[in-house]
Amino acid sequence: MCETTVAAMAGKPVLYYWDARGRMECIRWLLAAAGVEFEEKFIETPADMEKLIKDGRLMFQQVPMVEIDGMTLVQTRAILNYIATKYNLYGKDAKERALIDMYTEGILDLSEMMLQVVISLPEQREAKISLVKEKTKNRYLPAYEKVLKSHGQDYLVGNRLTKVDIHLLELLLYVEELDSSLLAPFPLLKALKSRISSLPNVKKFLQPGSQRKPPPDMKRIEEARKAFKF
Amino acid sequence: MFQQVPMVEIDGMTLVQTRSILNYIATKYNLYGKDAKERALIDMYTEGIFDLTEMMLPLVICPPDQREAKILLVKDKIKNRYLPAYEKVLKSHGQDYLVGNKLTRVDIHLLEVLLYVEELDSSLLAPFPLLKALKNRISSLPNVKKFLQPGSQRKPPINAKQIEEARKIFKF
Repeated sequence: MCETTVAAMAGKPVLYYWDARGRMECIRWLLAAAGVEFEEKFIETPADMEKLIKDGRLMFQQVPMVEIDGMTLVQTRAILNYIATKYNLYGKDAKERALIDMYTEGILDLSEMMLQVVISLPEQREAKISLVKEKTKNRYLPAYEKVLKSHGQDYLVGNRLTKVDIHLLELLLYVEELDSSLLAPFPLLKALKSRISSLPNVKKFLQPGSQRKPPPDMKRIEEARKAFKF
Repeated sequence: MFQQVPMVEIDGMTLVQTRSILNYIATKYNLYGKDAKERALIDMYTEGIFDLTEMMLPLVICPPDQREAKILLVKDKIKNRYLPAYEKVLKSHGQDYLVGNKLTRVDIHLLEVLLYVEELDSSLLAPFPLLKALKNRISSLPNVKKFLQPGSQRKPPINAKQIEEARKIFKF
């Protein structure tokens, strides 16, 4: 894994993570939606991780880490918030930001549950999948459908595109991957999904060949589990 | 919105989700730094504190037989990951506050977690002089000092009896 931050000096953010969705994918989505080109340095071996830690570039010895505008940022939310502010995807004032944050946190809660399914031990997986489906159907999808119904607008907050529309689209695609029937009772969410998918930057990111990562490969996860001990 | 608390009614909004409530309050009362880069640092430092707090929460509701092992794990992270990270920040700029040379939300979040660390094991803070100094400094700020006094709305550590009662009612 190359040390140089030429890309960072050229003004492009550099993302440090495994070649996997994990906790970095929402950051990739937001950058892509904002039309920002970015570089990626993939962690392939435990030695790669150790080097990052030894060089003091990970404040809490964890990734995701993003080099952007001269900063070495860790913590997904810190990175997302900075990108959203910089590219004007964080609403127009504190009250809009409060709604965006509230809606985003719900999405992150459900995403975390889905991530736990991926990294959980095979024998726990069935039960966790059931839990995720139940929460998706009864708690989360209804909450976002209700928001869209309440104002009848094309975007979740402030009648224009903000970070939370992108987070929601990403989540809805994972819900669909899990079980495509889950979305059926939610017409407004389905409409938003189509609408946001058609935005030029998003459409491009959805195409093959983009930096979007595929669904997890269970074999690779098991290999990573042994190597990185989780 | 998600059938969960905390929930705060503020300025005509009904907000849930801890971070969204905190972010709004910090913005409103000017405790969120002066620009996006300061906010990025504040967010990064805050998230580390939340991760640590999340680790400490289960200790109280954990069954007694698992508690020893979990406490050891948490103490290890406190000692080797979190406290060194924040001591390093203070050392790097030598200022009285974590970000921007003035009080921001993250100084308050840090003080709070340092008090919990002290409750867990007061020796954990010993190797961190700058953190100890910050703890004293922030504790002395008038509003904070008042909140630390008995009779304020600050909540005490949860006790085992309360947890058992809650466990029955809320089924966890």
